Amino acid sequence: MLAELKERLRAGSAEEYLSRLFEKIEKSSLNAFTTLARESALRRAREFDKKPDQGLLAAVPIAIKECISTKGIETNCSSRILRGYIPPYDAHVIERLKAEGAIIMGKTNMDEFAMGTSTETSCFGPTKNPWDPGCVPGGSSGGSAACVAAHEAPCSLGSDTGGSVRCPASFCGIVGLKPTYGLVSRFGLVAYANSLEQIGPLTHTVEDTALLLEIISGHDRRDSTSAEKGSYLPGLKDGVSGLKIGIPKEYFGEAVGEGVDERVEKAVWDAVSVLEGLGARWQKVSLPHTRFALAAYYVIAMSEASSNLARFDGLRYGLRQGEDRDWHTTFSEIRSLGFGPEVKRRILLGTYALSAGYYGRYYLKALKVRTLIKDDFLRAFKNVDLLASPTMPIPAFRIGERINDPLSLYMADVFTVPINLAGVPAISVPCGFAGHLPVGLQLMGPHFGEATVLRAAHAFEAATPFHEAKPEVV
Amino acid sequence: MITKEDVEHISWLASIKIEDEEKDEFVEQFNSILEYFHQLDEVETDGIEPTFRVVDLANIFRDDVACPSLSQEEALRNAPRRENGYFKSPRIV
Amino acid sequence: MENVIIGLEIHVQLNRLQSKLFCGCSTQYHNSEPNTYTCPVCLGLPGSLPVLNRKAVEYGIKVGLALNCQIEEETLFYRKNYYYPDLPKGFQISQYDFPLATKGRILIKGEDGLERDICITRAHMEEDPGRLVHAGTIDKAKYTMVDYNRCGMPLLEVVTEPDLRSPKEARAFLDKLKSILEYLDVFDGSLEGSMRVDANISLRGGDRTEVKNISGFKGVEKALSYEITRQKNLQRRNIKVVQETRHFDELRSITVSIRSKEEAHDYRYFPEPDLVPMRIANWVPAIKATLPELPDAKRERFVKEYGLTDDHAKSLTSEIKVANFYEAVAAKAVPRLSAVWIADVLKGELNFRDLGIDAFQAEHMVEIVNLLSSGAITEDGAVEIIRTLLDKGGSPQEIIKARGLGKAEDDAVRKAVREAVAENAAAIADYRAGGERALNFIVGQVMKKTRGKADPGEVHRLVKDEVEKA
Repeated sequence: MLAELKERLRAGSAEEYLSRLFEKIEKSSLNAFTTLARESALRRAREFDKKPDQGLLAAVPIAIKECISTKGIETNCSSRILRGYIPPYDAHVIERLKAEGAIIMGKTNMDEFAMGTSTETSCFGPTKNPWDPGCVPGGSSGGSAACVAAHEAPCSLGSDTGGSVRCPASFCGIVGLKPTYGLVSRFGLVAYANSLEQIGPLTHTVEDTALLLEIISGHDRRDSTSAEKGSYLPGLKDGVSGLKIGIPKEYFGEAVGEGVDERVEKAVWDAVSVLEGLGARWQKVSLPHTRFALAAYYVIAMSEASSNLARFDGLRYGLRQGEDRDWHTTFSEIRSLGFGPEVKRRILLGTYALSAGYYGRYYLKALKVRTLIKDDFLRAFKNVDLLASPTMPIPAFRIGERINDPLSLYMADVFTVPINLAGVPAISVPCGFAGHLPVGLQLMGPHFGEATVLRAAHAFEAATPFHEAKPEVV
Repeated sequence: MITKEDVEHISWLASIKIEDEEKDEFVEQFNSILEYFHQLDEVETDGIEPTFRVVDLANIFRDDVACPSLSQEEALRNAPRRENGYFKSPRIV
Repeated sequence: MENVIIGLEIHVQLNRLQSKLFCGCSTQYHNSEPNTYTCPVCLGLPGSLPVLNRKAVEYGIKVGLALNCQIEEETLFYRKNYYYPDLPKGFQISQYDFPLATKGRILIKGEDGLERDICITRAHMEEDPGRLVHAGTIDKAKYTMVDYNRCGMPLLEVVTEPDLRSPKEARAFLDKLKSILEYLDVFDGSLEGSMRVDANISLRGGDRTEVKNISGFKGVEKALSYEITRQKNLQRRNIKVVQETRHFDELRSITVSIRSKEEAHDYRYFPEPDLVPMRIANWVPAIKATLPELPDAKRERFVKEYGLTDDHAKSLTSEIKVANFYEAVAAKAVPRLSAVWIADVLKGELNFRDLGIDAFQAEHMVEIVNLLSSGAITEDGAVEIIRTLLDKGGSPQEIIKARGLGKAEDDAVRKAVREAVAENAAAIADYRAGGERALNFIVGQVMKKTRGKADPGEVHRLVKDEVEKA
């Protein structure tokens, strides 16, 4: 879709296209965007119209999740504590996008500090699912997914710590990829859980995701954990003939805590049949430590978060109000005022998990379980090329349905978090509907196996109509 | 079992003020979440090395070369309170 | 001091590096406007990530080896989590388990005059926090100002076992450590904040207190002396010493308690996820080969090669700059005499004026020593030349001419002696009667006549001869 868009922009007017998008967003009630960078974006579009450049994304507008640093554009992670913060630097991925001519059109709504599965913890209020405005778009990159699904932006970037790109992609019926840990530089990504997260694209098609990945991935000197990139566009259309797909039995049926919605299971099994029809073979595999992944994930994520969010104290940026008392009192009050309840919960629990006497019991234990989960994947990939599962056990739930029961929200991440623990890549592609709500198929690959994952996802997409479905609001 | 005193101590450690009304709610929520975490006790992990990071990198460095810094104005641009080029902080004691 | 137990934690700024520990900001921030040497990384802006300075690790290994430590094969960084206005990320990147270097030792001269090893528990790398400027004293200021220029500077923390037994020993240890660090050229001790000391002190059987962030070695001695007295007084009155953290008030030379309530330090250490481990075992041989001759070895060599006393050798090798100065001089002038004049005279004159060895030219000392050797100037004259060079500048020859410091000619001296003896018959009578001191009176008269340019020892001999003759 981006390839055609590029042609249209070159032939027509980038400014006109962008203006129409901004108008659409103005009239929209989805609340997908938090900031629109109208002035700078339109200026760039005008420059392109006058003198088109040759970048891989020339004049293509892209929406950026709130937590990715954009120089000169407010970056607040949908949190009161960071309202008004304007970074003096661009994240590495933004530099890459700009170098290819992309236009940063604005920032999108998210769960506060990426902590959530529904975009309901945002200080700006929830984003609505374009397929049903009474439902959540998923989280934490809800705004990034909703705006693409509603055609308010042709593509966007999100971040995925425990499923935050894949979940909203699944709930909104679009494509979302979490790259292998280290493949995309985290320089400029406001950290929530730094050993787990990656920036990933959200797009209409697999080819678009492959293009974005090609641009944003690769080694960055400023990120000590960043790796060299591979090649993602060539071979994309090579098909799945002979590919071995593993179906982990722990991701279906009663093996899962709450159970999987039967419409979701059906859509995913149908998808597996499609792949079979295209030449792939599937077999049952076992990832025996799957049921411990949620607990391990949350212990690790909360522990890291409690440290990563310690810098928010109102001294160098962000919220500061009232009369200053002594520093500890003032910092404590600001943090109490500025953080929402879910963020507070996670910081406190994370502090507890790392504290003297509990470090071994929770944090260290979770890290050992993490090893077992990672090894489950490594073992499985000795026998198969890919793994397939539902992205989420359920379709999008109603706004307000789960927010008051934190544990029930955590449970929804059951299929997405093991991937972040292992650091392997995974994509969600639309594979059907549960009633009127989209269902996502999750394909997982071995470390740095993006090419295989994209190839299979593309083959599936080319053989199915789901990527062309549009919500009524469009 | 987490008690109210535990919540108070953690909130002091984490520098987040918790109002009295919130304390009870947090005690309840924390206990149910921690009980869920105790699942991990079921897993046999003797002899298993913890995974601190999933990348197998080592020895990533930069050269000892000085680069330009932000200007004072850029550094202070987001400072809510400032004075004479300094960040203004609440008092120490 | 038998019952005193002291351990030190010393933070050394590796300010001979060009850039900070985890970012490219320059280390040359001293005396600059606040917040002009920062970047997203050392300011801890959201989204920033640290990248490790390779040379800082090399320097760390160098110091570890010079302190006779074992170097860890695989070492890594941890987060030390706590809140404070000078800490932008709300944690300090430091080391915890598997620190860079462990189990070292430094030789010092103890209270009892014997040399003794002080054990070094560990040496590890960490980043410096920012600098707080209080509007007033720390406990009375209405607000505080923060300058993050210093934030992110590379620090080496050196921790000793509680092996020290007195403030003097603590001082000796710090002097030796500073000396070694300057020999390695990893650190410039003259820069403000380049070395900060925390001291732990207890009396045998009692709890210990920690005195934090003392700048300056004199401060350390004073703080420790005060603490010992304070703890002894409490002990005498049967009051238990409270285990706590105290701050050294430089103006009043006392330590004050800075803890407002009971707090346990729970730093919640965990490995820094944004950094990867350092595998440095195979760096060690190459770095060991580049180590310069260290103070103890240089001291031994000076004794052997130049025939110096141990005291002189020690004095000349405590600072690398002085040692180099000495060797430059000893290459062209009599080594033992050079040692006397540099260690016993020049150093004293420099200290008196709060100057370093850079304030004096080696060639000038060569000249002076050679003039002394040949008898062309007297000792008093040499002292005057040194003082004038330091206070007014110029060159030895110019000063000698201007002040007429050339030793009085032989004839002139003998003439003065004959005159003095002739003029002082009474004194001669005294001398004959057994008053040795009367001779000194005559010598004094001769010195007056020659305007101090004669050599007193020689004059004494001549006067005696003359008087005996008469």
